[in-house]
Amino acid sequence: MAVEPDLKIELGKQGVFVTTISEIYNWGRKNSVWPMQFGLACCAIEMIATTMARYDLARFGAEVFRPSPRQADLMIISGTITKKMAPQVVRLYNQMAEPRYVIAMGACAISGGPFKQGYNVLKGIDRYIPVDVHIPGCPPRPEALIHAFMTLQARIDVQPLTGEARPRHLDAEAQGEFPVPEQGAHDLVPPVNRLVWPLPAPKAVETHG
Amino acid sequence: MKTAAEVLQAIKAALPQAGVELVNNPGPSAQHSLRLAPADALAVAVFLRDDAELALDYCSNATGVDWPDKEISEKVKVTKVVDGPDGTKEEKVVEETVKHLEPGYLEAVYHLFSMKHKHGPVILRMRTVNRADQVQLPSLTPVWRSAEFQEREIFDLFGIVFTGHPDLRRILMWDEFEDHPMRRDYVDPDDYEYEPTPHDEVLKRAQEHEKAQAGVTA
Repeated sequence: MAVEPDLKIELGKQGVFVTTISEIYNWGRKNSVWPMQFGLACCAIEMIATTMARYDLARFGAEVFRPSPRQADLMIISGTITKKMAPQVVRLYNQMAEPRYVIAMGACAISGGPFKQGYNVLKGIDRYIPVDVHIPGCPPRPEALIHAFMTLQARIDVQPLTGEARPRHLDAEAQGEFPVPEQGAHDLVPPVNRLVWPLPAPKAVETHG
Repeated sequence: MKTAAEVLQAIKAALPQAGVELVNNPGPSAQHSLRLAPADALAVAVFLRDDAELALDYCSNATGVDWPDKEISEKVKVTKVVDGPDGTKEEKVVEETVKHLEPGYLEAVYHLFSMKHKHGPVILRMRTVNRADQVQLPSLTPVWRSAEFQEREIFDLFGIVFTGHPDLRRILMWDEFEDHPMRRDYVDPDDYEYEPTPHDEVLKRAQEHEKAQAGVTA
């Protein structure tokens, strides 16, 4: 139950601060999203630039990059995910504590990008783990990463704490661990996790002849 | 700097028994190379490295080439006995197309330079017997340490087995992987099931995949 903004301002003038649990909870969550310190390819250079003085991601509460998945809230998939690396990325994601978020940064992370036709590159990390924000670009500029970060913050801000759309960590039934793909004889096994990457509605396939 | 032919002469002078031949490059680069018989390769490599005049102490690059099986059709003139119009036998020259399969092979190529004399490159090649079961070549890592990772890469991507290599494992693909992706007949995994914005080759692959899937489910 949200407080009416006008009433809130009026009460504020009288020295009374009114809020709701979900508002203050989400305010805290969205302003302390700590990314995990890990880069996969050239997008990582832009990610590093984003954290440096000129763009300063710390302004948004991404204060420190944590070198351990146990202490991180956000995984920025910055770069090409090779099929050799994909199981490790999924395993790192599994090791992160809830609440956790994923930003797929750049063309490679969202679809394989220029390496899509390669036998050794995963065609997007969202085949194995749920992604909150996708950023196109090759690589995306620091502004784009900041925009993605703010988009993520906006999404956290409006998240209800109860009901169907509640975050995963408040749902006892929620899927917490995502299966790590095996490195098989010809490809990753399975090539895709259908729970997070469902097929679109079947299209009528034209049959000629 | 000696030309490839002169290097060949130097090798022949020092190691008369060694199987070495000149492979000419007819292109504009004219980078001629020396093809070594695998059995003698190690001795020749040691000579090239230790010879005072050549002193090829640095192997800058090792790579692989896949030469698939080739079908060659030739027109051959054959004399045949045919029935003449009046019932007699007569000999006639007939042109026939004969096809034969030239077996493919895998090739390892090395580029050598001399840090001491600042010259190079001298290019070496070695060929395997075939592409299937006899794919062994002697490793040149004991001679040039810099070849270690590159020979591992050739092993990984082309499937040439380097005997005498200190640590022959896959280097780019995972250990469980069985194929050799840089071979010409490699078929990459079909994981094009859904493409948000397909185009060009990806669109073609996605359509093929879709058709195959429709065939399976129908």
